[in-house]
Amino acid sequence: MTAGRRLLRVAALGAALGLWQLLTSWDVSLWLRFEQFPTVGEVGSALADRLGTAAYWQDLGHSLRRIVLGFLLAAVLGVALGTAIARSRWAADLLGPLVEVVRPVPAIALVPVAILLLPTNEQGIVFITFTAAFFPVVVSTRHAVRALSPVWEEGVLTMGGGRLRVLFSVVLPGALPGVFGGLSVGMGVSWICVISAEMISGEYGVGYRTWQDYTVVDYPGVFVGMVTIGSLGWLTSTAVELAGRRATVWLPRPAGRVASGRSRPAAFRSGSRAAARGGKSAAAASDGISADRSAAPAAVPRKEPVP
Amino acid sequence: MTTSARLLAAPPATGAALTLQDVRLGHADGVALPGTVTLRIAPGELLAVVGPSGCGKSTLLRTLAGLLPPLDGQVTQDGVPVTGPSADRALVFQEDALLPWRTVRANVELPLAIRRVPRAERRAAAAEWLDRVGLAGHARKLPQHLSGGQRQRVQLARALAGRPRAVLMDEPFGALDAHTRAGMQDLLVDILRGTGATVVFVTHDVDEALHLGDRVALPGTGEVLDVPHPRRRDAQHDPGTNALRRHILDSL
Repeated sequence: MTAGRRLLRVAALGAALGLWQLLTSWDVSLWLRFEQFPTVGEVGSALADRLGTAAYWQDLGHSLRRIVLGFLLAAVLGVALGTAIARSRWAADLLGPLVEVVRPVPAIALVPVAILLLPTNEQGIVFITFTAAFFPVVVSTRHAVRALSPVWEEGVLTMGGGRLRVLFSVVLPGALPGVFGGLSVGMGVSWICVISAEMISGEYGVGYRTWQDYTVVDYPGVFVGMVTIGSLGWLTSTAVELAGRRATVWLPRPAGRVASGRSRPAAFRSGSRAAARGGKSAAAASDGISADRSAAPAAVPRKEPVP
Repeated sequence: MTTSARLLAAPPATGAALTLQDVRLGHADGVALPGTVTLRIAPGELLAVVGPSGCGKSTLLRTLAGLLPPLDGQVTQDGVPVTGPSADRALVFQEDALLPWRTVRANVELPLAIRRVPRAERRAAAAEWLDRVGLAGHARKLPQHLSGGQRQRVQLARALAGRPRAVLMDEPFGALDAHTRAGMQDLLVDILRGTGATVVFVTHDVDEALHLGDRVALPGTGEVLDVPHPRRRDAQHDPGTNALRRHILDSL
């Protein structure tokens, strides 16, 4: 990204904050009411205060731990189940209907189930987070595996590869782009659910703290919670996004971006782009050589394929 | 296209590398093709199968590969019944069948990796085959950074690196332009030399079949015809080849 675009993005965020500050400091009340709304300054100083307390970091640690645990469980089990349903008729018949019935139930509506099933609150929250991310991963993995090109598998089979080889050399790597789509969605949904679950039944965590602040009418505190959730969500989504790009560098990038990619910093992306450019010209050159070799006989008119 | 798909040929004296005995071919969805196929392919022979799209060429090839079970009859390789896919019968596809997330080298190494050949040995073999198909400098590239013709050359290298006894080729050069295609035909002839592999080459291009094949099989009529001067570009328009070409074009 160029420095100009970076600046534009920061400026857009800054403008939103400025508007917020103006509306709240002037106590604007035109249908939307900003009199009770904390100002940016109030939220900022509340955030600064909170950053200095151990409780803030403890809450943050709790929420992050729940997210990471639930999300990783969902990633592993979701990919496994999605692949099984796509590849095995038995799995599709035995587990497919169950998935379809449970999937529409919002994860947060499973709080009673979590309370009934699991011995501790903590496990309950991780369970809710897990369920939230699990279904997007299952569904996108299932689609990605079904969409794989059959010649990849046939190729490996005719090289003597067995089921496991096909699974690890074709199915899983080939499905990765689709899987990462599901992981991105899953990460977003798990934040929604971990915060909600903490609000309902937590003892620590950003969601719990935010709700506590609300019940004691500490509005700047509520906004500190929101800012924290927003930042953490953005960080984790970016992490998933970056991991996804790194795992799928082999995906062809649109040619237009090669032309316009003037000064992108990410080393691996500009590297692959340079390789693409080099590869194209080299490709053309050595095709020329192979065509030259046969140029004389090919000059005789060749019949086109029979209809 | 006629409804019969009977291929009849006298068994070569040396015995057969691949045979189909009264085989009824069926598509993946179980729909049967009309007629039965009986065919013997000699060791080291290059049999070209030529016919229009939809005549069952690909089904024949996939059945030989063991990817599709015959509805009836028996397929054998070197006297052993074919019951499923195996490394003894490599398949080369018209489509790009390279794994796009593996480098060119890793793709060529794949059949050896499946056979648990040690890494150093694998590397050396892949380097040698890439050299033979003229892509020595491209080992570390991803397939997407190669041209269509180069990708087909990598497919050839990958198929032969596993040292299969038979190579089954499904219109491997069908998607290439005429110049690249002629170059690929020469390359194929060149690199097959010395491998002793039996080749079944499916194409819809009569000239390609007449150039490459020792014999040409026509699924439409069930004929298998000897090519007078296989793999000689200077004999493409001699009277014998011309007569055969006319006969094939008439029967298609």
